[in-house]
Amino acid sequence: MEYKMFLTDEEKDILNGSKGEVMAKVAKSLVMYGEVFGAKRLVPVTAPSHLVTSFGISLMKAVFAIMDEINDAGVTAIDKFTVDPRPLDYENVKCNPLEKLVFGIMYGKQKDYEEQLKKTGLKDSNAFSCTCYMEEVGNIPKKGDILSWAESSAVVYANSVIGARCNRNSGIIEMFGAILGKVPEFDLLTDEGRKATWIVQIKTTKKPEAQVLGSAIGMKVMSEVPYIKGLDKFIGKELNAQTKDYLKDMGAATASNGAVGLYHVENLTPEAVELKEALIKDKAKVYVIDDAELERVKNNYPVIWKNADAKPSRCFIGCPHLSYNQLIEWTDRIGKELEKQGKKKVALETVFTAAPDVVAHFKENKEYYNKFISYGTKISSICPLMYMNNPICGKRAVVTNSNKLRTYTTARYYTDEEIAGIAVRGDIAR
Amino acid sequence: MKKEFKGRNVVAGTVQTTAVVSKNGMNTLATFQKSLLANKKTVLGSDQNNPDLYKKEITGKAICLPKTIGSTTGGMVLQSAAAMGVAPKAMLFSESIDSIAAAGVILADVWTENSIVTVDKLGQDFLDYVKDGMTVTVKQDGTVIVEQ
Repeated sequence: MEYKMFLTDEEKDILNGSKGEVMAKVAKSLVMYGEVFGAKRLVPVTAPSHLVTSFGISLMKAVFAIMDEINDAGVTAIDKFTVDPRPLDYENVKCNPLEKLVFGIMYGKQKDYEEQLKKTGLKDSNAFSCTCYMEEVGNIPKKGDILSWAESSAVVYANSVIGARCNRNSGIIEMFGAILGKVPEFDLLTDEGRKATWIVQIKTTKKPEAQVLGSAIGMKVMSEVPYIKGLDKFIGKELNAQTKDYLKDMGAATASNGAVGLYHVENLTPEAVELKEALIKDKAKVYVIDDAELERVKNNYPVIWKNADAKPSRCFIGCPHLSYNQLIEWTDRIGKELEKQGKKKVALETVFTAAPDVVAHFKENKEYYNKFISYGTKISSICPLMYMNNPICGKRAVVTNSNKLRTYTTARYYTDEEIAGIAVRGDIAR
Repeated sequence: MKKEFKGRNVVAGTVQTTAVVSKNGMNTLATFQKSLLANKKTVLGSDQNNPDLYKKEITGKAICLPKTIGSTTGGMVLQSAAAMGVAPKAMLFSESIDSIAAAGVILADVWTENSIVTVDKLGQDFLDYVKDGMTVTVKQDGTVIVEQ
């Protein structure tokens, strides 16, 4: 087969089967993928991968067949990788018998699939989180690293907050990059592809809710790169734990409500600090966000509960997974709300989700963990989105502060402040 | 009456089949999920947010669309549909193909026996002209002929 891309002799040999038929197919898939997007060459992956496919969902039988081919050939990723969260945790996220039955059908291959992942190079049994870049999890690339990642919220974080370079990949393709150790160079891997084609001007009177701001930006710029001005006025000019958390949640919303793979924040994110407005392309479009615009965006979210006035039956907080600091902040927020409403425990089943290693860290803080448990709140490491994909669970009236969860499921969005009130009160009515 | 459109081959091939048209982006996971989970012999669109494809037969057809949207699992879903023999015969994009769909049709081409012939950059005129039920012929060079 003729390829347009420049290939080294070694790459050509792999394509011709020097490392076996499976590696040849892995390489061919990546080369074809790159050529569609005009990649001129393959470049080395310089940090461990993060995969999106963490779930043994039965509709993806063909994926299990590919994994079998890979495992049978003894082919593995070059570095140990992390994956997205597991779909289920019956201990902390209770299900009724019908929901369990459907989960049994949906994720019946989970155990087998995790075995396949282990053979391919899964880091460890705790490596299941969409926030692999947390200190506790440890899959943290450096600025300029070339990545083969999927999971839209992780990709946009790695590109924007860390300054690593990764395209928005599909599942499986990112695993092939981890195995070959190379990815096609195009779009967000290039200097030109990282330039902004939108200027977003923040002109609000107060700090915007991260999840609504990200939603507004994502819906407007879709897959283009925005350069955000005026946000540092509210969140500061230092990339500390608080700003990273804010950017994590804002970024996840830009990626799910649109298809943003990279954003720059003036005076804050690494490339914006380094290159400033040289990052903005000529004739960049402008989007002004004020209080009214955020209100308009939020008010336009459809309510797809069967009964819009239903009493919520569950609350999910942590899509993407929460950081240690966010767990501390939420414990304080729930504590204050309980005091305000004169209650001791939340009225609504409220599940906070974080990476297994972050949960372990949180549990070490006895003072906060004991408070958290005493409030009746629960902690888990599942993916709320995969839980909601169960059509029976999807019929529940679920509330969330996650714009990603709102976008992909029937869950209803509320701001952090609103959701604390709902969790304690057990009702959406004020 | 017929009209010819020229696009770019993503997965080259020849095919003649019936068009199913989605004027907006197709959410691949939402569209295929129900039929694949139930192991159906024919995929009926199951995305309630996409009235153009909802409950319409997709297997063996030419899906005409601007691009795909939604979860990054979309590529794996297309590849699984191809492996199960229930994929569309062709995917014809008016815009440049997105990375998720590109991965899906490439994975189907390399890892299954059932390729999905794919052409992109056919232009908005193509999407304005083609209607459900029209006969679509895709040629090896990326030419697409639409007949009423």
